[in-house]
Amino acid sequence: MEKPINNRAWLLVAPVFLIVAFSAILPIMTVVNYSVQDTFGNNQFFWNGLGWFQELLDPSTELGGRFFAALWRNLAFSAIILAIEVPLGILVALSMPREGWKVAATLVVMALPLLIPWNVVGTIWQVFARADIGLLGYGLNWLGIDYNYTGDTLSAWITIVVMDVWHWTSLVALLCYAGLKSIPDAYYQAARIDGASRWAIFTTIQLPKMKRVLLIAVLLRFMDSFMIYTEPFVLTGGGPGNATTFLSIDLVKLALGQFDLGKAAAMSLVYNLIVLAVCWVFYTVMTNTGSERADRGEPA
Amino acid sequence: MASITLDHLAHAYRPDPRGPQDYQLKEINHVWRQGGAYALLGPSGCGKTTLLNIISGLVTPTTGRILFDGRDVTHLPTEARNIAQVFQFPVVYDTMTVRENLAFPLKNRHVPRADIVRRVEEIASRLDLSAVLDRKAQNLTADAKQKISLGRGLVRADVAAILFDEPLTVIDPHLKWQLRSSLKELHRALDLTMIYVTHDQTEALTFADTVVVMHDGSVVQTGSPEELFLRPAHTFVGHFIGSPGMNVLPAEVRGRTAYIEGIAIALPCAYPALPAGARIELGVRPEFAQLARAGSGLPVKVRRIDDLGRTRIARIEIAGHAAAATVPEGLSIEGDAAGLKLDPAQIHIYADGALVAGEGGV
Repeated sequence: MEKPINNRAWLLVAPVFLIVAFSAILPIMTVVNYSVQDTFGNNQFFWNGLGWFQELLDPSTELGGRFFAALWRNLAFSAIILAIEVPLGILVALSMPREGWKVAATLVVMALPLLIPWNVVGTIWQVFARADIGLLGYGLNWLGIDYNYTGDTLSAWITIVVMDVWHWTSLVALLCYAGLKSIPDAYYQAARIDGASRWAIFTTIQLPKMKRVLLIAVLLRFMDSFMIYTEPFVLTGGGPGNATTFLSIDLVKLALGQFDLGKAAAMSLVYNLIVLAVCWVFYTVMTNTGSERADRGEPA
Repeated sequence: MASITLDHLAHAYRPDPRGPQDYQLKEINHVWRQGGAYALLGPSGCGKTTLLNIISGLVTPTTGRILFDGRDVTHLPTEARNIAQVFQFPVVYDTMTVRENLAFPLKNRHVPRADIVRRVEEIASRLDLSAVLDRKAQNLTADAKQKISLGRGLVRADVAAILFDEPLTVIDPHLKWQLRSSLKELHRALDLTMIYVTHDQTEALTFADTVVVMHDGSVVQTGSPEELFLRPAHTFVGHFIGSPGMNVLPAEVRGRTAYIEGIAIALPCAYPALPAGARIELGVRPEFAQLARAGSGLPVKVRRIDDLGRTRIARIEIAGHAAAATVPEGLSIEGDAAGLKLDPAQIHIYADGALVAGEGGV
């Protein structure tokens, strides 16, 4: 049988090509273009090949040094907030009420931090934690604890971590709560009949049933914290020194502060690749746990 | 091993029940014999699951006591009672293997390891689970999962009774028979009290020695499947058990004769003590009502005849009231006029739904 060839079908695909081209491919190609060139302003560009990438990935150079420092800072930050927010979120979800008017009240209170714009969150904590007029900062110093996030690295880190925990634990808790709510009562009743302890119920029923939502929570929180910009920018501006200069803050400094377009472009491409790689790992893990369920004919 | 006594038991989900309408479970007095196979039969919402949950201790009754071998356990928590329960939807612990699932209740009770191993092997072979012992429980079929839930009850050596809450709901029809007969076998082999909640009369009648029929929060009859069939104590039992259910027709009784809209039916005994003003009904099962040629027996009108394969059931009208009757082999009816012959010994008289005993019968 001869297949009729109809080139008009391309017309149907064309709009998507156009939109993707303008929204993603062209901007990225611009960045790729910058990343292989050097400029001294005046719209003059010089070919540099893979020079910026080599410099960026070599920690002994000035560029590589600050890139890896920011990267480790960023990874440490993500690890710390995940280590706090995930267990805390689970704990909060477990202690949230299951029925009655309290559910609605709790949900509203929990959702509040999530609704505040990020730069406002930064501003709130910037004022709240100030050692001279802020309630928290002044209070801590009054108690005799030496606390000043503008001058002391440890104070700055603690403030940023606490701010992120305040801002985002609700998200983890709400996701876990949804996971917990979907467990049928029969599981708890069976566990009681089987004489399971509270801890055994948690590890054998609640945690396995929350696995999927927890994966989503970890993915969302990791990506978000890995790309964090606004809150630390407002709160510390990356300081004291470079103590809280995360990748995105460093990138902006490089691109807009120093106008090193080539270096910044190379850095943003590597940054982007890291984000993509992590996304891909999570996506694979999640679809695998999803297909396990589908094999058994169970709803996800 | 225990007999379970329900002593003036009643339950309301409202904390402040005012009248009988607030009670989901009206007062019940009942003894479940040690080793009996019971079915708790009734339509959805009649309170049977509530009763089951009270026995297992998941729900504490509003009033009354529950005794295991004379020991009051009303306020004991579930884990302190020797009760196992199998739920409507199979409950397995996803992360564990079948072996770990079966061992779980023993591990929680700190049974020595060697005993656990022996017990798990024993129960697994009884339930045909030996081949899958080391597989993850979550990847098995629904009927295997239901066996695991049952197995978690059986491994405990101290279990006095196993409660089943519509356990075959999610099982494929062709496996239901199989699972039900293995339940019967287990019951014979292990001498356990089993209480089986269901709304399916076939399940109840094939599983149980004693069927407890519930309706609207109270027990309307307790008896063997045969008793329920031959002497329904309530018109509800007549309707609910049997397919099609019992014919219940409004009647008037005078002496040894009942009248349905003027049509006289001879009764086997007299009913001198019928309460005045009560709604009097005559009940007879379609199995004891045979269609006959027009002119013999009571005059009836045939609406249609359903061929059920083994038997034929005629949908008829007696003086305007719908009823069902068996069609004897070889009988063919022309037009819609026919006769109806009743087995006099199987005619029951009900006052306000409850069976009335006759006097001077054969």
